[in-house]
This record gives sequence, C-alpha cells and structure tokens, in this order.
Amino acid sequence: MLKKTILLAAAAMCAVASPAFAHRAWLLPSATTLANTSQSVTVDAGASTEPFNADHAPMNVDTVQAWAPDGTMGKIENVSRGRYRSTFDVAIDKPGTWRIGTATTTVSGTFKLNGEPWAVGRARRGGGGAPGAGGMGGAGGPAAAKPAAAGGAVPAPANPPRPRIDPSHVVATVADIPAGATDLALTESQSRNEFFVTAGAPTDTLFKPANKGLEMVPVTPPTDLVANEPGKFRFLVDGKPAAGLKVEVVPGGQRFRDAEHAQELTTDADGVLTVAWPIAAYYWLSTDLTDDKPGEAKAAKRRLSYTATVEVVAP
Amino acid sequence: MRNSLVLIAGALASPAAAGTVTVTVPRVAVAEYHRPYVAAWLEPAGGGAARTIALWYDLKKRGKEPGTKWLADLRTWWRKGGRNLSLPADGVSGATRAPGAYRIPLPADLRPGAYVLHVEAARENGGRELVSVPIAVPLRNAAGAGRTELGAVSVTVR
Repeated sequence: MLKKTILLAAAAMCAVASPAFAHRAWLLPSATTLANTSQSVTVDAGASTEPFNADHAPMNVDTVQAWAPDGTMGKIENVSRGRYRSTFDVAIDKPGTWRIGTATTTVSGTFKLNGEPWAVGRARRGGGGAPGAGGMGGAGGPAAAKPAAAGGAVPAPANPPRPRIDPSHVVATVADIPAGATDLALTESQSRNEFFVTAGAPTDTLFKPANKGLEMVPVTPPTDLVANEPGKFRFLVDGKPAAGLKVEVVPGGQRFRDAEHAQELTTDADGVLTVAWPIAAYYWLSTDLTDDKPGEAKAAKRRLSYTATVEVVAP
Repeated sequence: MRNSLVLIAGALASPAAAGTVTVTVPRVAVAEYHRPYVAAWLEPAGGGAARTIALWYDLKKRGKEPGTKWLADLRTWWRKGGRNLSLPADGVSGATRAPGAYRIPLPADLRPGAYVLHVEAARENGGRELVSVPIAVPLRNAAGAGRTELGAVSVTVR
C-alpha cells in the first residue's frame, strides 16, 4: 500500500514541511472524532508561519490520499484552491482510524552532462529564474511564483545563489538522467504530512510500520488525546527507534492568547516522544532528519520529514 | 447470556451497592434552549472499563443527521467507552430530560471497592460539563455539583 504512494515527482509538488523553513505546511481537519460513518471531514491545507493560520499560501493537495482502516483508499472530494488555503472533503464511511495526508518520495539535485550543469526535479516555471520561491514548504504553487521574470526583467536576487541552470537542462525524475551524466549530487526526500480521523472506536490497522524511512507509530491513539494526559508517539527510522529526534510541537490559535506554547521535544531511547500539552488545541507536530541511506541508488543523501496534525481536547 | 447469569449471581451475593444516583439538569436562561445530552458512568477508581448507567440523547431522530451523531460531543464519555456501546442500549438509553432532578438506579452487582461516578452533559448552542464524584461500595452517601450545565449530582443509599 505504501508503495502506491511513492511518487517520483517534481520537487515543487511535494508537501515538505520542515522546521528549517519559515513556512509550515499544515492540514486542518474539521473533526477527528466522529460518532458514525455517515459524515465527512472537510480539511483546510495551507502553509504559513503559524500553523493553521491561513495567511500565506495554499498547499498543493494533488498528492493527498485517504487510507481507510480496512486498507482501502477513500476518495478526496470537492478540492478547491483558495488564495491562502486549499480545501477538500473525505467521506469517513468506514469505522475505525483513518490516515489522511500526503506521503511522497522525490529525488532532486544536480548533475553534469558534457560539462553543462543539469538538474533533476526542479520546477521549470519562471523562465529559469530562481526556483527557490516555489519550493518553500512545498506549498508555493503559482501563488508563490515571482512575476518579475516573465517580463524579461532582471530576476530578483531574493534567494540564496543556486547554480543557474538552463530550463532545457532539467529532467523530471532520476529515470530521465541521460547515460554519461557525471557529478551526480542527488538527495532523496521522503515526507509525510498527515492527520487522523476515527469513526466509532479507534483501530491500529494502519499503524504497522513498514520499517522504511521515518515513521510515526502512535502509542496513545492519535484521536484520543486530552490536555491533561500525556500523548505518546513512537518514531522509527528504517524500523529502528529514532532516539534523540527533535520534534516541534506547536498549537494553533496563537492570536487568542499571549503565549506561543510551542515546544521542541526530544524522543527517548525507544524513539518515544512524550508530550505534555500546555493547552487544548489542534497541534502541529513536525520533525525531520538527514542521513546517507537513500533508497535510490543514485542519490547520496536522504532527507526524511514527518508532520502530523492532532486534536487535543479539554478534559 | 452467561455473563448476565453471572452478574445476577453476583448481585445476590453482594447487595452492597443498592443505591440511587440523582442528576439535576439545571434551568438555563437562554433564548434558544435545547435539552442536554447526558451520560452517567462508573469507572473503578484504580482504572478499568467504564460502565455506562444512563445515556440521554435524541433517541428518535433518524435520517441524514440521526440523534446519535452528536454523542461524540460527550467527549469524555465517548472516549472512555461510549463509542463501544451498541445503541440503543437496554436500561441505559433514554430521551433527553427537561430541567429537573432525575434518579438513576445504581447497578446492584457492583463489587465492593472504590469507584468514580462521572456525569457529563453537552448542550446544543451551549456548554459542556463533567462532574466526577468518588464513591465507595459498600455505599455511603456522596455528592458533587456542576456549575453550568449540571446541577447537583448525588448518590444515596437505598
């Protein structure tokens, strides 16, 4: 099932969320606990500095999928892209705990062919201008493209210098790299951004680890979180406990109080993150790491990121 | 079936739990009043499975938005086991109640020990409140009270 979700796609498509970026990609469901199987959740998806505050850019939801508890796939319906956030619906028509979100694997980087620089998986838009803007948080899309380059004006030097690459020297995927390419500098990026919905009683059918990449295995059912009880989440990398992993835990709704209540917590020796919730809210959890164990043979590095939205109710 | 026979046998063996819970639904001065959904349940004080003793909700509403849709708004009850009940449940399910005091018999088969009685109320266009009252079997009188969505909650020995 996971295999299905592995997409080799342009870097701009992936919904990467990382503490390293100023903008956080988030999914905000209308509900995470439902009493029956005749309801839907409607979801906002955006990227902004403050999680769930739609004030920057919509998330591209083309790669969003819904995994039903019985192993089948749900339907993503009523997709719409607004200025600051996209929306979609999922009919929660089966009992148990669902996972809904993006799970993508992309490979990007540069190589040389006959001494000329080439790129893999870069956005082509912008007439060869800096690709950085669109890549931010994965949520850029057309809204984030700078119009300056289109008119033949001098491209704004807003982004840190990356090698200027002729737009014709861009291939979409690793498979398109021509024979004879040299100086490969490729990074595989696996990212997941998801939330959970439970209709009726929770199930754990979707939480059996595949032992590949960075995975979160809930210890506390992720739709059972209460502000006065600690929430526990186990992180694995390739099936082994991810000890010492730093995870950002940020509640939404910051304008309704003074304190940010954001925490950076670290997993223990078993890879378990224990979160004491400062308040009841929707929370944005995010972590990432880089290592040198990519699944793609031609890549040298692997970047793993995981983001989840969880609802923590008042006791 | 066998379970219930065992429970009956237990009841005959230890009638220490004969008692009544009184739950008060307060009068709330608002323009648009809806009777609250209310759940009452018992949990062993040391942790363990919750046992629902009363559930008042819109039993009769069917169709696209049945009365059961909002049971998850009794969010603590729902998480503690409400979601595992098959409804309507005999001797537990009932219609919503107008403001007033209502009596719920405690199950007679409670084993001696410490319990917590929880009563949770959630009202459409209104608030939600949870009242918890520690009780002991063999029973002694006990009482608690809500502030907004619930009034007095008491346990009396029958």
